[in-house]
Amino acid sequence: MSRRDKMISKIKELMYQPENIRNIGIVAHIDHGKTTLSDNLLAGAGMISAELAGDQRFLDFDEQEQARGITIDAANVSMVHKYKEGEYLINLIDTPGHVDFGGDVTRAMRAVDGAVVVICAVEGIMPQTETVLRQALIENVKPVLFINKVDRLINELKLDGDELQQRFIKIIASANKIIKSMAPKEFKEEWLARVEDGSVAFGSAYHNWAINVPIMQKTGITFKDIYQYCKNENQKELAQKAPITEVLLDMVIEHLPSPDISQRYRVPSIWTGDIESEEGQGMINTSPDSPLAVMVTNISIDKHAGEIATGRVYGGTIEKGTEIYMVGSMGKARTQQVGVYMGPERINTDRVPAGNIVAITGARNAVAGETISEPGRKIHAFEGLEHISEPVVTVAVEAKNTKDLPKLIEVLRQVGKEDPTVRIEINEETGEHLIAGMGELHLEIITYRINEKGVEIETSPPIVVYRETITSQAGPVEGKSPNKHNRFYIEIEPLEESMFKALQDKKIKEGRVKGKEEAAKFMEYGLEKEEARRVWDVHERSLFINMTRGIQHLDEIKELLLEGFESALDDGPIAREKVMGIKIKLMDAKIHEDAVHRGPAQVLPAIRKAVYGSIMMAQPTLLEPIQKVFINTPQDYMGSATREVQNRRGQIVDMEQEGDMATVESKVPVAEMFGFAGDIRSATEGRCLWSTENAGFERLPGELQKQIVRQIRDRKGLSPEPYGPDHYLG
Amino acid sequence: MFYFIGMGLYDEKDISLKGIEALKNVDHVYAEFYTAKLFGTTLSAIEYIISKEIRVLTREEVEEFNIPLNAAMEKDVAFLVAGDPLIATTHTDMMIEAKKLNIQTTVIHSSSIISAAPGLSGLQAYKFGKVTTVPFPDENYFPHSPYLTIKANKELNAHTLVLLDIRADENKFMTANEGLEYLLKVEIERKENIVTEDSLAVVVARAGSDRPVVRADKIKSLISEDFGGPLHSLVIPGNLHFMEAEYLVRVCGAPHEFMEE
Ligand SMILES: Nc1nc2c(ncn2[C@@H]2O[C@H](COP(=O)(O)OP(=O)(O)OP(=O)(O)O)[C@@H](O)[C@H]2O)c(=O)[nH]1
Ligand SMILES: [Mg+2]
Repeated sequence: MSRRDKMISKIKELMYQPENIRNIGIVAHIDHGKTTLSDNLLAGAGMISAELAGDQRFLDFDEQEQARGITIDAANVSMVHKYKEGEYLINLIDTPGHVDFGGDVTRAMRAVDGAVVVICAVEGIMPQTETVLRQALIENVKPVLFINKVDRLINELKLDGDELQQRFIKIIASANKIIKSMAPKEFKEEWLARVEDGSVAFGSAYHNWAINVPIMQKTGITFKDIYQYCKNENQKELAQKAPITEVLLDMVIEHLPSPDISQRYRVPSIWTGDIESEEGQGMINTSPDSPLAVMVTNISIDKHAGEIATGRVYGGTIEKGTEIYMVGSMGKARTQQVGVYMGPERINTDRVPAGNIVAITGARNAVAGETISEPGRKIHAFEGLEHISEPVVTVAVEAKNTKDLPKLIEVLRQVGKEDPTVRIEINEETGEHLIAGMGELHLEIITYRINEKGVEIETSPPIVVYRETITSQAGPVEGKSPNKHNRFYIEIEPLEESMFKALQDKKIKEGRVKGKEEAAKFMEYGLEKEEARRVWDVHERSLFINMTRGIQHLDEIKELLLEGFESALDDGPIAREKVMGIKIKLMDAKIHEDAVHRGPAQVLPAIRKAVYGSIMMAQPTLLEPIQKVFINTPQDYMGSATREVQNRRGQIVDMEQEGDMATVESKVPVAEMFGFAGDIRSATEGRCLWSTENAGFERLPGELQKQIVRQIRDRKGLSPEPYGPDHYLG
Repeated sequence: MFYFIGMGLYDEKDISLKGIEALKNVDHVYAEFYTAKLFGTTLSAIEYIISKEIRVLTREEVEEFNIPLNAAMEKDVAFLVAGDPLIATTHTDMMIEAKKLNIQTTVIHSSSIISAAPGLSGLQAYKFGKVTTVPFPDENYFPHSPYLTIKANKELNAHTLVLLDIRADENKFMTANEGLEYLLKVEIERKENIVTEDSLAVVVARAGSDRPVVRADKIKSLISEDFGGPLHSLVIPGNLHFMEAEYLVRVCGAPHEFMEE
């Protein structure tokens, strides 16, 4: 048997031993060294040759990734590692660090059980580090820490041994603060990163070495030694004594859970079906023989195999050539091939059992977030994959050649499928379609890829997405149905800060309220009891609360009221942007006796008008998206860097100096950030590092309100001024 | 002056002579066909009789833009509505509005399904309870209230007239079969034994025409029968008086067993 065949049969064997599997994600702030690390792990495990790894960033094989020096798409790889007596299959996902591609992190976290959080020792914990750590913990994914680029601390920042340790302690303490607050209750202590037990490692991904306390004890290497190795440019020797693959993969196996352990506590939080059912028990026990349950976490295109759906098998076994059922879209498909990863390649196997990450071809029309089951056994769907932030930048695209019109629509749909964080709005009438994404870079990549798919397009300059909200209260206002026989009385007020924040942080799920249990949560976040018990719907960080009692027929039109409420919020009255942060209370309702006179044609407009009218009475205002901008630059350029920020309506939040370097933290409206990359580069003659982080929405300054509202309305072909309340309530 | 004029049940001849006279005299004639529609005639047949153009309005034009009333501020206007104009519609709202605007109004009645269906089915008008309509189900709208109305009426031993939804703009008119299916579906969800396959029901089709269909039977027999073109409606009887039972058996083809009960 060739080495390759041996490896294949080894993987096929390990696939069935969940206790010997680790599914892990590598997550970090941008540029902290995830891909360099992943590459070197693969090389160290003998899956790719050492020359390809590291500098070349083998896993960033995409042309755009190479050109821009960043990861754009998460990459799945696997390797086999020997630890103590056993052999282990490590399925690893290298994720992108740029905020614009954070959706990949969200999705990867659903496929894995543990995460290696890489932290650059020089920059320390950055906002995106916090975000990815949160993304992991929200999904009940256990973290371990790898403090990277230690070589730079010594050789560039010239820290001595003590200072090194101080820095590490600080980094670990801030990571633990997040873990403590976000980890599931029962693991708040257990999951803390501890130097003593080896759940934190230090090293240099680039120079291929890492250490942690167990290895220090085993090998006798001390921090002093490391200091010397680096100082004397002898990291090669260090890499032989403490190879990164050994140290990190040992740490992963030792400290991160195997699927059979993790599914016990993860399944109840990502799947709200009946745990006592056969499929529920199958997932809890990672059983290969139970009903099939696969969560699709990624869709990608392979030049040869076509569309590939990657996902996590939580229960049962997926087989090639069998019929599968997509629970969300209610469609059937037949798997052509199923496979797992070996190194960076996909290898096909006949079946893939629970506990593994599977690559499926033939899962036609699957999208990320889809639940796959057997056709005869439609299971309850997995919880949706909601990304932590939302698209804030939009471009309009048009096909350059009319002959491409239909193809463009098809390509746009495909793009939406491959990347669920983009929002596509297709307008077949005008042929001008909208793509909303996380940021300028995100949209650049998407438009580039559309061109790649053979459709030439023209794009408008990017525009930001605004939000509408209110600043005071109003009501009760009366919304009438067109036939005037149905009337709804609502009150409106801004949503409590604490509730808003809980929704922002995804501590409360959006959607129509199903059970009584949610009331406790609403109360926990500051809603008063009577209201908490009466919430009907949570949509766009807003609430619909039914304060009425005993109104006949109200239950029959509840869904219509909520549909109307939701659609009003999706399309606000100021400029048809989304509305957020409001609380609507239904105070009274007068309803026609007969079902046809209180159907959708009557109820939907009635409630929509009540919502619009009340918003217009409650001092409505436009909000704009804000980004935090972090700039790291040599002292000499600090002045020009801060000027760049201030010229863009930015505020400096914090400034710090260390050695010759200065760090500037600021907040800048996204609308002013277009072209920042080029400008800051020239302002600092290319000597700065910078990154951004989404920071939600803030009120657009008063003097800009009118002008922007008008611009948006013009663009959307609406009358120049928004209508007043009378228009809706008269 | 603003005339509400009923067009009756089936064809142009259902409009009363009074109605025709008014139509001939007014300045503008409007009609709405979104609440019901006449199947035995065409718009031009009426236009021919009154020698005047009729403008058909959408729901929006009537309810949102108030076109008929606005026109009546200065001119004499007639508003044509199928059936009896203020019955089984929501046009009372226009009556209130007209009062507010100081517009004089006259109502000219015509026959309505509300009296025709009970009449044709031989069931005594005195014994009917609340009327209900089965709507076309929507993604977010599948009310149980038609079923619940039948239930409430049955508790009072009353009959229920069940009207069937009309979406004239989509050219959709619910058939008796669809209406019965709807009720059976609610029965499956509620299991209260109110409308079952063995329940007695009466189908009235094309009331007002020369050959209206009136059929009484168990729902399981009716559900697969073809009652012909629109409009259809249903009656779900409560307790039967012996005369009612005999009528249903002899005139409407109900099985004999209903007479013996
Ligand atoms: N000196 C030093 N440089 C490193 C180390 N690890 C990574 N780098 C360098 O840091 C830069 C970014 O590394 P990547 O591996 O691409 O970082 P990443 O986290 O994958 O970046 P994104 O995927 O774009 O978020 C590259 O130039 C690496 O060579 C290290 O340990 N020491
Ligand atoms: Mg990378």
